[in-house]
This record gives sequence, structure tokens and C-alpha cells, in this order.
Amino acid sequence: MAKVLMKGNEAIGEAAIRAGCKNYFAYPITPQSEVAEYLAKRMPEVDGVFLQGESEVAVGYMIFGAAGAGERVMTTSSSPGISLMSEAISYIAAAQCPAVFVNIMRGGPGLGGILPSQGDYFQATKGGGHGDYRLLVLAPDGVQEAVEMTMKAFTLAEKYRGPVMILGDGLIGQMMEPVEFPDDLKTEPTNKDDWATSGMSTRKSNKRNLVRSLFLDPKELNDNNLALKAKYEQMKKEEVLYEGYNTDTDYSILIVSYGTMSRVCKTSIDMMKQEGIEVGLLRPKTLFPFPEKEIFKASTKESCKSVISIEMSMGQMVEDVERCVKGQRKVDFYGECGGDIPAPETIINIIKGLL
Amino acid sequence: MGKAFSRPKSLSDNYTHYCPGCTHGIVHRLVAEAIDDLGIRGRTVGIAPVGCAVLAYNYFTCDFQEAAHGRAPAMATGIKRVRPDLIVFTYQGDGDLASIGMGEIIHAANRGEKFTTIFINNAIYGMTGGQMAPTTMPGQRATTAPMGRDTDQTGMPIRMANLLGELVTPGYVTRQAVLNPKQINKTKKAIKKAFEYQVEGKCFSFVEVISTCPTNWGLTPIDALKWAKDTLLPYYELGDYKVPE
Repeated sequence: MAKVLMKGNEAIGEAAIRAGCKNYFAYPITPQSEVAEYLAKRMPEVDGVFLQGESEVAVGYMIFGAAGAGERVMTTSSSPGISLMSEAISYIAAAQCPAVFVNIMRGGPGLGGILPSQGDYFQATKGGGHGDYRLLVLAPDGVQEAVEMTMKAFTLAEKYRGPVMILGDGLIGQMMEPVEFPDDLKTEPTNKDDWATSGMSTRKSNKRNLVRSLFLDPKELNDNNLALKAKYEQMKKEEVLYEGYNTDTDYSILIVSYGTMSRVCKTSIDMMKQEGIEVGLLRPKTLFPFPEKEIFKASTKESCKSVISIEMSMGQMVEDVERCVKGQRKVDFYGECGGDIPAPETIINIIKGLL
Repeated sequence: MGKAFSRPKSLSDNYTHYCPGCTHGIVHRLVAEAIDDLGIRGRTVGIAPVGCAVLAYNYFTCDFQEAAHGRAPAMATGIKRVRPDLIVFTYQGDGDLASIGMGEIIHAANRGEKFTTIFINNAIYGMTGGQMAPTTMPGQRATTAPMGRDTDQTGMPIRMANLLGELVTPGYVTRQAVLNPKQINKTKKAIKKAFEYQVEGKCFSFVEVISTCPTNWGLTPIDALKWAKDTLLPYYELGDYKVPE
């Protein structure tokens, strides 16, 4: 298929349709409202469902209901909206329903700002809602990857019967890039007859199904949490994605960075290479599961003197980087989070200060 | 001689966890009878609330989802929009629907979502132990209103059927009671009608049912019925608040 020039938000909407998702519920919030605007027009063209809910709280439960009934469903929002949806995300994780959430992050805390940010790393990877659950978190670095990850998210959500999040910063949603929609990323929906509330008479067994998260018996609750944990352990084994950049050199510094920030870091790395300075980049493409072993391995390469986590936040992923490096190297951090994306020259100055 | 009376297929033969004298059991049965009468059990999905009826799925025998507190109408919206062929109902109490879930019920009703809501109004929080609800009567004692509801501080009780009846969007909104056999028969008809409107794809349907909570009212079941008749019915007038054309 030929490439088309599309804005990230619109491309995410189109990717959902191409992945076979015909159900979308959302509430407007900058900087991702274009997804809803795009799908308000596009869903009726494919006989799909578009509904603007009255709040992100309600939208979270519209997603839960639709997912519980066994249909592919997605919502998109931005940071404060995801806070409101986090209640439903916890329930969806507990009740083991597949659903796709997209967070096009803006600055926080509070109303924060409307410019790009990576301030929701903790929220996405460490919980957000209450209780013992994890989100599978995919972090695209541009429009093409946002499309591919959105399409894959539906397959992953069904594989693990749980919520999957695309975590992009505002720039991913707002910028335009050439993009194509790979047909081979569309998968057939899994059979959900053994758990979804699709109506008893539609299923061979004629046994009724329950979608619930209340387990008053301590053993039952413990068992449900163990079942969730087993899925998270499987994700750690099977779903870790990352990219190494300039890591085949004898780099003296290893940058860990994701999303838009990692692309700026790549530019800095190319510029430093011209000066004869080798710097490596490890870019996590999944934030949970996190590329733990890969970061440890890349950071302990003999030439590597120290590691730096560069983020559009006040220092969130750096805690995971430190955990992975296990004290074998010094771990520094640089971040800005007002909405200005650090320039390549800024990164170069920071790196040179470490040499 | 044939069997004249039996348990509806839509109801299980479990013992319920409801307190003696509580009217949830009656309303459960009426809902189950309506589902049986219309032959829709195989395509019905119920939504359990948070509150006394959180375990309603132990007593109904159709597919069920369990909502967070107050969010049942949003979940019902999600199911009904993606599977319009399913029959979806929410079963909610007054803390769930009229307090924390006020936003969800108003907007679902106003969008004219084609599902059915059964709203149990017993003027108090049951499951959590008798706290004040938006429907608690002036002066009525509750564990969070030990001196009785002070309307200067908490306003007057919310009349949900009246409120939803004011919406311009077409719908079926009625308030019934289950305090005596005559009322129970009328409630049965209203619940069946509410499901019929949904089967026809006509409109949102809402049946408020004035019920009792002897345990948290501190009354015997018989006295609770009398208190409800004397105190609740004059304020919560029975009847249809909106009927589709």
C-alpha cells in the first residue's frame, strides 16, 4: 500500500479501523481530540460505533461494557482524562477484558499544559488505578510506529485478555508523517465464548457468563491475582520490544530514552559521531514489560562508562533504568517537562559534561 | 394437574443474602418473570451495581456484568451500542444511581440509550450499613445522619423519576412500589413494559421501585412496609412520569 501523509491522531484512528476495531468511545481533550473527530466521520462509513461519552469516567465503563460483551473496542485520551479512566482500567484488568487505551500525554500534574510530555510513565507502568495489576504499555516514536502499535495492541489485548495502552507524547499525536497501514497486522478476533457476555443463546454451551471483579472469598481473590500475575510474567518473557541505536560501537555513554525524546537523542548521537564521540541509545518500545536484561547488558559493555535516562519528565523511567543497571554504572538523568522538547544541542552539552 | 406456580427460569434456586423482609427478592422475581415472559433470557445481559444487589448475578441465570459504583448505565451503554441485539438491564440502588452514578444515569437517559434500568429506592444505603442517601427523607435517621437528615445541610431528597421525566428525549419513566400485592402486580406490569419497549428498540426505560430496608431502618418487616407507605409514598408519588408516544 502507498504511503499517505497523516497526522498522528488521525492515523491512530484509522489504524484501529484497519485492525478490525469498529467500536470507539471517547471524551474530547487536547492534544488528542482529532482521533475522536476523525472517527466521528469514519466509523459510520464502516458501520462502526462512535460515541462521545459524558466524561472520561463514563467512557471508561463504556469500554468495559463493550469489551465484556466480547467486541474489539478502543478509547483515546490525554493525561488528565486517563486519570479519570484509571478506575475503569483497574476493573477491566481485574475482570480480564481486552481493551485498547491510547494516552497522548500532555504536561502535568493537574491541568498542567497541552504540550508534549512523558509525565505519565509512572501512571502507565506502575498502576494508575488501584490494586495489583499491570498494563502492557507500547511507546511509539513516531506516526508509523503509532499505527503499527495501535494495530498490534488489539491482538495483544486479546492474547492476554486485558487492557493494553499506547503511550505517546503530544507530538506523536500532533505531527504529520508519511505512513502506511500494514495489512498483515490485522488479526482475526479470538473466540470469546468461554467468558464474554455475548448472550447465552449465541454460544454452543448455553452456559451463562459473568464479567466481574468482586471476589469476596480470600482464596478466590488471591487466585485471580495470581492469574493476572502469571500473565504479566508471560509478557515479560514474550513481549519485550526495544531498539538499539549506535550500540554496535564502543560507546562511552548509553542513553536510555523513548518516544519523541529518543528521536532527538538519535540526532544528537549522529552529530556527536561527526566529532568522533560514540554514544549508544537503547530505546524501550515496550515500557511494561521493560527491557531489563537488555539495558543491563548494554550498560555493562566494557566501553560504557555511564548511563543517562533522558525523558520529557522530571525523572520517572530513570528509576527503572537504575533498577536494571543494578549499580554497575553511574546512572544520570536529564529531563524537561514544561512542554519544550530538549534540542539536540542541549543533549550534546549534557552528554559532553559526562565524558 | 399441571403446575400452577413455579420459579422463573431466569431465577436460580440459590438462597439470597438479602435480609429478612427486604423487598429485593420480590423485584428480582418480577424482573425474572418479565425476562421469561418475553423469552429473552438467551440474549439478556444484566449489570449488577455496587450495593446490596452487587451479587444479583447469583440469583439471575442470564449473562451478567458487574459495574463499579454508579457506572452501570455507562457499561450498559457500551454493551448496547456494540451489540444492539442484546437486551441489557441495570439493577441499581439509590446510593449507586442517585448519588455517585447521577451523571451516568442522566446522560444515558438523555441519549435515549435503549436499555432498561430498575431503580430500587429504599431511602438509604443498605450494603455499607445505613448511611444517608440522596433519597433519605428529611429527619430520617441514618448512620451518617444520626440526628436525622438535616435538609439545611443536605438539601431535599432527590426524586429520580421526576427528574428523568423532565428530560425532553423520549423514554419510559415510571415510579412503582412493592409494599402490597396490588402494587406488586402493577410493578410487574411496569417492568414487563419497560423490557418490551427495549425489545421493540423504542426507548430508554426506567422503573423506580419504592422498597423497604427493615434492617437499616431499624424496623420489623411489617413496620417497614407501613413506614414506607406513610413516609415515602406521599413524597415519592407513584405513577408514570414519561411514556413514549
